[in-house]
Amino acid sequence: MPLDKPTLSLRFKRAFSVLYGNKIGFTGFLILCFFFFIALFGPWIKPYDIMDFGGAADILRPPSLEHLLGTDDMGRDILGGLIAGSRISLLVGVMATVLSMFLGAVIGLTAGYFGGFIDAVLMRLTDIFLVLPWLPLVLVLAAILGANLWNIILVIGLTSWAGTARVVRAQTLSIKERTYVERARSLGSSNLRVILRHILPNVFPVIFANTVLIAAVAILSETTLSFLGLGDSLNQSWGMMLHYAFECGAASIGAYWFLLPPGLCVVLVVLGFTFLGYALDEWINPQIRKR
Amino acid sequence: MLFVSSRYLGNKIAQALITIFIVLCVNFFLFRIMPGDPLSMLMRNPRASQQAIQKAKELYGLDQSLPAQFGRYLQDLVKLDFGVSFMFKKPVVEVIGGKIGPTLLLLGVSELIAIILGIYLGIVAASHRGRIVDVGAISLSLLLYSLPTFLLGMVLILVFSVYWGLFPSVGMVTAAAKFSSWWRQSLDLLAHLFLPAMTLALTLIGEYGMLMRSSLIEVLSEDFIVTARAKGLSEREVIHKHGYPNALLPVVTAISINLGLTIAGAIQVETVFSWPGIGRLMYDALNNRDYPLLQGIFLLVCICVIVANLLSDLLYMVLDPRVKS
Repeated sequence: MPLDKPTLSLRFKRAFSVLYGNKIGFTGFLILCFFFFIALFGPWIKPYDIMDFGGAADILRPPSLEHLLGTDDMGRDILGGLIAGSRISLLVGVMATVLSMFLGAVIGLTAGYFGGFIDAVLMRLTDIFLVLPWLPLVLVLAAILGANLWNIILVIGLTSWAGTARVVRAQTLSIKERTYVERARSLGSSNLRVILRHILPNVFPVIFANTVLIAAVAILSETTLSFLGLGDSLNQSWGMMLHYAFECGAASIGAYWFLLPPGLCVVLVVLGFTFLGYALDEWINPQIRKR
Repeated sequence: MLFVSSRYLGNKIAQALITIFIVLCVNFFLFRIMPGDPLSMLMRNPRASQQAIQKAKELYGLDQSLPAQFGRYLQDLVKLDFGVSFMFKKPVVEVIGGKIGPTLLLLGVSELIAIILGIYLGIVAASHRGRIVDVGAISLSLLLYSLPTFLLGMVLILVFSVYWGLFPSVGMVTAAAKFSSWWRQSLDLLAHLFLPAMTLALTLIGEYGMLMRSSLIEVLSEDFIVTARAKGLSEREVIHKHGYPNALLPVVTAISINLGLTIAGAIQVETVFSWPGIGRLMYDALNNRDYPLLQGIFLLVCICVIVANLLSDLLYMVLDPRVKS
């Protein structure tokens, strides 16, 4: 094994030791591990049925031994709702991020690599998406397409790629000029091969750091969208719980247990992604690391 | 304006106009690819008679070809005719016009609070760089950034209006109240304004603060600051006379670039506090599927944001003579 090509496990160890050395990043990593664990295994530990309404006596009960976090306005257990909701919130966050990252990477790589007219058109499109007010656009699109899980993912993915495309394009422009890319091209590699084999691996760290930050935005978007009444009522996310809390006036009647737990979950997950993104950015951009 | 090159200016204005035109197109086509028959949606009655449908088709111009419809749509826009709101049974322009005042009041007051406190926060953080005050300021900003605006609003209601009973949490005036004098009325308005404005301002403070911080840190590393220090000025004088005025520029332009984000905040704040402005109107339009109203609000907001972006570009050119081409 040549020295300059570390094995996968060694790379993993290195990445982990860098992450461990960065307190903010490691905190974010731990928070996210916790929530992904809950989303994966929580429903087995604490089963929950969205249609499991309690009796009239179970409506809006404060926390007790029977219901650790109390019940909502339809008599359902809030802890159970949180655990079930983590699946939906994280699913939307991850899927929308994947879509957004894919669009941003493809558009950025294409614009940067081919340049000229294609670049001009794609960058104008990117500018327009950057200028348009994000929330009104998302709301209008979601209202027109209809509120279900996949449409929400689609809408968030379609509206959040512009920043990534910009960064990827800038990085592509600088890598395109390097000699090994020139060499590959003069040896007759096709455009697609040059992009996939030589440019993408070098642009990937930038895409990755961006992705983590977009995941934070995606989860915030889903929460806001659901809160404003455009969520999927069959797949109850944390945002949907907050929507029901708002509709029944939980804040005005002092039902803090209906409001704070889903709110806290959203904040923690978004903070987790933000912390991790901050650390990755520092790791990938040596200039920031020095500061 | 002496420094502004007319070519750059023309370019920026042309770009803004193109973007507005694309928004017009999007606005036209989006609301025509809605699932379901637009007509039955317009009439909200699937069992309308054949004659009624024909009449409505002619009324809305749906019997014409798509390009003809687009031409008619543009004509109506020039005449400021956005159609009739389903909910209010009044022209959309009238409905929106009545809601602009409260939104401007809310946005203006929150921006003012956020700018003053945000710039102050940034200066404090930058001049104590790396120390506990700085770390505290960064953490606060990150937390405010991660907090959905509507959640912050609901928590403030819970604390300030339910537990402590200090401020009202609904609307702009006390319902059915009679005021003995104008200043009592203003006091009532201020009390209602406090929580929504605070919520919106808090979400902006973190952002402006961090911008001011990084901008000031960058300025403080420049040569003229070294000169100022060499002249024997105190650190306070260096920051206040030479650092802070030069660091303001990016923050000033960020405020107008940020309008899109501020509007997102306003939609949530107005919804939570039932503030009778454009944001609450959009929430009501969404939940009643009032498409003409939604279309009108979307257009208005987009144009405002595009114009604000253009203005911030121009402002930057005027304020910073280095940006010429």
